Amino acid sequence: MGRLNPLVGLILPAIFLVLWWYITDIAHLLPVNQFPTPGRVWNTGLQLFNNGELFRHITVSLGRVLAGFAIGAVIALLLGTLVGLFRPVERLADPFLQALRNVPSLAWVPFLLLWMGIDEPPKITLIAIGAFFPVYLNLVSGIRQTDRKLVEVGYIFGLKPFALIYRIVLPAALPYLLAGLRIGLGQAWLFLVAAELIASTRGLGFMLIDAENSSRPDIMLVAIITLAVLGKLCDWLLQLAERWLLRWTDTFKGR
Amino acid sequence: MSSLLTIEGVSKSFSGSQIFNDLNLAVEAGEIISLVGKSGCGKSTLLRLVAGLDPVHAGQVRVNDLPITAPGRQVGLMFQEPRLFPWLNVRDNVAFGLSPARKSSKDNVVAGLLEEVDLTDSAKLLPRQLSGGMAQRVALARALAGEPEVLLLDEPFSALDAFTRMRLQDLVLKVWHDYRPTMLLVTHDIEEALYLSDRVVVLGEKPAGVQEIIEVKLPRPRNRNDVQLLELRGQLLAELS
Repeated sequence: MGRLNPLVGLILPAIFLVLWWYITDIAHLLPVNQFPTPGRVWNTGLQLFNNGELFRHITVSLGRVLAGFAIGAVIALLLGTLVGLFRPVERLADPFLQALRNVPSLAWVPFLLLWMGIDEPPKITLIAIGAFFPVYLNLVSGIRQTDRKLVEVGYIFGLKPFALIYRIVLPAALPYLLAGLRIGLGQAWLFLVAAELIASTRGLGFMLIDAENSSRPDIMLVAIITLAVLGKLCDWLLQLAERWLLRWTDTFKGR
Repeated sequence: MSSLLTIEGVSKSFSGSQIFNDLNLAVEAGEIISLVGKSGCGKSTLLRLVAGLDPVHAGQVRVNDLPITAPGRQVGLMFQEPRLFPWLNVRDNVAFGLSPARKSSKDNVVAGLLEEVDLTDSAKLLPRQLSGGMAQRVALARALAGEPEVLLLDEPFSALDAFTRMRLQDLVLKVWHDYRPTMLLVTHDIEEALYLSDRVVVLGEKPAGVQEIIEVKLPRPRNRNDVQLLELRGQLLAELS
C-alpha cells in the first residue's frame, strides 16, 4: 500500500454533504424549517462570519477550552506522576479520584454555578474536570507500563530517584500521556458545550441554546459544524506533536 | 594485597529455595572470568548480587575492599538484551552511561566509545533501526561510558547468530585490551568461555558453590581451534555433565 493522499479523508464528508443536499433540497423529504438545506446553512454561516459574531463565539469558546484543558492537564500531570510512582499515594488518592470520575459532567454544573457564580470560573473548572481524568488515567497506566528492565539500567548507573523519573519513567510513559492528552482535549470540548448550554452569554454552546430559543436550526448547524472543525483542528495539532515526539516508537502503524 | 573483587561466603535464597550457599571467589584486577553452570544454577543471580541489584543474605561482595550494598559506578552490567532506551539515538544512549565527572568532555568521550565499538556512522540511528549485534555494541559502549572497574556481562551474545557472536567476542577482547576492566562473564557457551577468559568458574548444583575453576593459560589472541582449548573443552564438559 503506497502513501494515500490525506484528502481521501474528505470523501465521506463530501458524500454526506451530497446526501444532505439531495434529501433537503431536491427530494424535500424533511421539513425545511426543521432541517435546513446546505445552502441555507452556508449563507447563515457566511453572514455570522461577516458580522464577526461567529468569530467572537469561537474566540470565547476556544479560550475557555484551552484554559480549562491546560489547568486540568497540569494537575493530572502532577497527580498522575505521584500516583503512578508511589503505591502509598495510589492507595490514598486513587479511590477518591475514581469516585469523582464517575460523577456525570452535568451533575457538577449546579454546584459549580452556586459556588463560583455564573462567570468564567465555573466553566473553566468544569472543562478542567473533563480534561483531567483521561490525562490522569493514561499517565498512571503509562508509568505502570514502564519496562522494569529499563528502570534497572537506571539503577545500574546509580540514577537518583528524580533522574530516574524524568530520564526513564516519564519518557517511557509518553505514548500513553499523549493519548491521554488527545482524549482530554476532546473531553474539554464536550464539557465546554455542557457549561455553555446552561449558563453563558457567549460561546458556541450559547449559540446553540440561543438558536433553539429563536427556532433557528440553520444557526445550530453552523455551531455544530464549527465545533466539529475546531475539535478536529485541535486534535490534529496534538497528533502532529505526537507523531514528532513518538518517532522513536517501533509499533504497528496499520497497513 | 587483596583482590579487586571478592565474593566471600555469599548465600542467597529466593522464596524458600536456596540458590547459593557459602560461595567464595576472588578476582584479580584486569582478569577475565567466565561463570558457567547448568541452566538455572544462579549464574545471573550472582551477577545481580555483584552489581548490587539484589541483596545478599549472608556473606559479602567487595570491590576494592568496599562492600557492595547498592548499584554504583564502580560496577557496570551489560544484560542479555541490549536494554537501550528506545527514545534516545545511539549517541544519547551511550552518553546516558557517562559519569557526572565526564559530562564536560561528553562529546569527545562518546565519540571515542562509538569509535571503539565501530558505530561512529550510526550515531544518529534509533534503537529500532539497529540489528541485534549493533544494539549489543551500543549497550557495551554505554556500559563502558560509566568507566566501571568491574564489567559484568550477563550472557550478552546468546541471542546473536554465530558469526556476529564471534565478532563481538573479539570486540570484548579489544575493549578489555584498551580499557582493562575486570570482567565477569556469564555464559552457557563453553567455547566462548574458553576463548575469552583467564579462568572459567563452574558453579555446582543448587545450592551452588564453586565446583571447579579451570585456568586457561594461553596467550591472546587465541586460536579457536587450539588443541589445548579443545582439551580444556572436554574437561569442562565433563564437569558440567
